[in-house]
Amino acid sequence: MKRFLRSLYTTALASTLVVASSASALTVGFSQVGSESGWRTSFSESVKAEAAKRDINLKFSDAQQKQENQIKAVRSFIAQGVDAIIIAPVVETGWQPILMEAKRARIPVVIVDRNVAVNNDTLYLTRIAPDFELEGEKAASWLMEKTEGKCNILELQGTVGSSAAIGRMKGFNKVLAQYPDAKIVRSQTAEFTRAKGKEVMESLLKAEGGGKNICALWAHNDEMALGAIQAIKEAGLQPGKDILVVSVDAVDDALKAIVDGTINVSVELSPHLGGPAFDVIEQYRNGKKDFEKWIRMGGKVFTAENAAEELAQRK
Amino acid sequence: MNAFLSNPQLRRYLWPVAGLLLLLLINLIISPEFFNLTFKDGRFYGSLIDVLNRAAPIALLAIGMTLVIATGGVDLSVGSVMAIAGAVSAYLIVSGVDSLTVIIAGGLAAGLVGGMINGLLVGYMNIQPIVATLILMVAGRGVAQLINEGQIVTFQHEAFSFLGTGYFLGLPFPIILVIITFVLVQLLMRRTALGLYVEAVGANASASRYLGINARAIKLSVYCLAGLCAALAGMIAAADIKGSDANNAGLWLELDAILAVVIGGASLMGGRFSLVLSIIGALIIQTLTVTIIMSGIPPKFNLLIKASAIILVLLMQSPRFQQQLSSLMLWRKRHG
Repeated sequence: MKRFLRSLYTTALASTLVVASSASALTVGFSQVGSESGWRTSFSESVKAEAAKRDINLKFSDAQQKQENQIKAVRSFIAQGVDAIIIAPVVETGWQPILMEAKRARIPVVIVDRNVAVNNDTLYLTRIAPDFELEGEKAASWLMEKTEGKCNILELQGTVGSSAAIGRMKGFNKVLAQYPDAKIVRSQTAEFTRAKGKEVMESLLKAEGGGKNICALWAHNDEMALGAIQAIKEAGLQPGKDILVVSVDAVDDALKAIVDGTINVSVELSPHLGGPAFDVIEQYRNGKKDFEKWIRMGGKVFTAENAAEELAQRK
Repeated sequence: MNAFLSNPQLRRYLWPVAGLLLLLLINLIISPEFFNLTFKDGRFYGSLIDVLNRAAPIALLAIGMTLVIATGGVDLSVGSVMAIAGAVSAYLIVSGVDSLTVIIAGGLAAGLVGGMINGLLVGYMNIQPIVATLILMVAGRGVAQLINEGQIVTFQHEAFSFLGTGYFLGLPFPIILVIITFVLVQLLMRRTALGLYVEAVGANASASRYLGINARAIKLSVYCLAGLCAALAGMIAAADIKGSDANNAGLWLELDAILAVVIGGASLMGGRFSLVLSIIGALIIQTLTVTIIMSGIPPKFNLLIKASAIILVLLMQSPRFQQQLSSLMLWRKRHG
């Protein structure tokens, strides 16, 4: 028994030593929404690549679009005692308790992409995100300039409750409010996916008598727009001409569609959020404590004029 | 009418059909353009066609699910199998295979393998169906993502796209595929003793074993069939958007398929089944979805409306609820 205890003690000692030696490299947990779109995939890839470049030990968790999976992942990061946690939240609400747990464990949290609604903004260091409202404004401004403020618009919303959908809608409607002859005639969610974009657009066009009085489609992301252009084609109309297509993200497939003339404009949403997130974590570890609560990214507008050039550059 | 109501066989059809008609009636009131049906460019065009077309994947899943549920099981993996079949087909196309037969065979084979894994776990290892199929539900989506390398794989293949976007006899091709699958499975079940065996296994597995029915083989074959149906649905979904989206293809559709079977009045305990009723269940679900889109109600109410409508349909079918309702009516008549 005594010998057993002694051997147990030595193994325990040895394992603490192992932990101590591996702690010199930074360990960061990253809870990602899923890989529901091309943009999301580029985003995950960029974080992984950036972590590899900086020699950071990244624990990546894919939540398959479910908040409960994200909460479980964050809880396990806390249990593993990571140095920092990055969360790309699927929805805004419901984060208070788990962020409190992280704070109690003294693990800094960086929010990327979508927002979190919490009553105490010391629960996270900063949020690194595109300005969704600005994207909506840019999309609307382009459309209003093109149509001289006269337009019946169909809207494909993103997932209900996501801050991308809320922000883009708000920004777009803010600009639209200045043009009395432009209005959104129908609006429905297509959950940010291509298949739903096609399915919902089919029905919206039929609800509007075949879509002859519709001047534009405003989609909250490229995937839905790409699905919807197929529905527009099948309804016997030309996307990009009969119905203008305005969307956000500027993923590769959308840029190709812009070159083909089926999408008119896409506002870029930069997927390279990994670098800035790790910058913040490293600055925090070097003693910086006061961060701006929102670091804004992206927002370039792509049209037929500059899409081909960007596409060539990305390859 | 009384003869119709007193026949228990026909009576089962009453409430699901009434539910569907009620939904259509609501559409007639709130958005009459729902019933616009035109014939242009050699094809029918209108919301009714959309309902049939978009219900196709759910209907296919429901056909397979009906049989699985009839044996007292459940298959949670069909949504993921859809994603795998779509990913396999897309992979074959992108890697340069041009033969439609090979592409479709590849997708179906993926579904068959999935169904076989489920069937072996449930039939031969006696693992609870929910647990056995949950494994493939979770792992399957991962397998599909692995095949796609985490991307949405898009492709150009005229013949394969026909599965999802083609027209035959003026109808979208997915509708035709559902009809063919339905007729084949119905013949297989009702013109041979197989249907009776399936019901026997579901009603009482040990009694059916004493009768000499090979319950294990029956279970294996229904899961395989469910896998094949799911694979077909998955290929339709991929062909429709000319791309394989491993993350979203068939996501949560297993639940819609189970719901379709339940709306059709089947018992989750197994036993008696009806493919027609399950397809009506699928149509109810899709009509509801299209109704919500056409109505112009803000999207945040979508799920609430869907849930309330389905609770109503299920309540209408509950004998207990009908009893209480009629006794309430009677009480009112006496006291009012």
